[in-house]
Amino acid sequence: MKVEEKVKNIDPVECEAPNMQANSDGLLKYLIIGILFGAVFVKAEIISWFRIQEMFRLQSFFMYGVIGSAIVVGLVSIQLIKKFNIKTMKGETVNIPKKEFRKGQIIGGFIFGLGWALTGACPGPLFAQIGSGFSVILVTLLSAIAGTWVYGRFSDKLPN
Amino acid sequence: MEQFIEWISQPWPWYVAGPLIGLTVPILLLVGNKSFGISSSLRHVCAMCVPANIPFFKYDWKKEMWNIVFVVGVLLGGFVATTFFSNPDIIVVAESTQRDLAALGITDYSKLLPVEIFSWENLLTGKGLLFFVIGGFLVGFGTRYAGGCTSGHAIMGISSLQWPSLVATIFFMIGGFLMTHVLLEPLMKMVGF
Repeated sequence: MKVEEKVKNIDPVECEAPNMQANSDGLLKYLIIGILFGAVFVKAEIISWFRIQEMFRLQSFFMYGVIGSAIVVGLVSIQLIKKFNIKTMKGETVNIPKKEFRKGQIIGGFIFGLGWALTGACPGPLFAQIGSGFSVILVTLLSAIAGTWVYGRFSDKLPN
Repeated sequence: MEQFIEWISQPWPWYVAGPLIGLTVPILLLVGNKSFGISSSLRHVCAMCVPANIPFFKYDWKKEMWNIVFVVGVLLGGFVATTFFSNPDIIVVAESTQRDLAALGITDYSKLLPVEIFSWENLLTGKGLLFFVIGGFLVGFGTRYAGGCTSGHAIMGISSLQWPSLVATIFFMIGGFLMTHVLLEPLMKMVGF
């Protein structure tokens, strides 16, 4: 009991584990959505280190177009879901956890940016790169898991 | 069928790929009330495998299995697209990018990632240390510290009009610009490019 309360207090952002309320049933659908999503990553060359270099060098509109249009579609969909009170398949009201502002979004965001330009990948594309046959990216993934662990280990000592 | 394969094997333009990625947001919300996010999966792996009594990893990760299954799907999707519908041609990036990268010693565009950097031979060298070990660590540490990555903040967060996610995204870009324009060249020279 005590431990659980402690966990709640230390959990800095709700978005980190936003779906605690759901049960782990019907996982197959997430596998299928993931497969389609990963395939899009490859087909649009979003997993390419070259494309990320192009983006940070401001030499192509491509990645800005991808991220920008993804945001527009996400934004319009969420507005439609809210306006027409569209329920989930199970009939629940759609719940989007609020993200609280903290210093981590600045410091952590900056640190991630440094890594993004080196690896040419955010976490999603890392998985798709491995699937595409770049087996050495397994090392990058393990290191990313290690980075996550180290953050977790020292999260209470970092400015938040 | 052949024509279809040929058509689907072309690289997709941004106005096809971006909206498809954006659609993941309502699909996950409506299918299971899930918020789109990928970097959380790294936290769940820690919670599952090496919680080490750390409060940050003490939660019921079994309830988050959907997120692990989702990223396994992303990996499989990468395999399927590369194996069955991959573009046979070299990747074409902006000429200015090609010039900049040539100056850094990167000229091989035969694969989606430059083989000069991303190969097993580089693993135990300074190149591997920089691009795999340090790069990966910064991605894992930074995303968790920020509470999300490009999917959770830039796409899901901004789509749901949450200003902290816009702040995070701005700092993702600042970090990326600094690495690309200031740090990358000296670091690459240091590791032997």
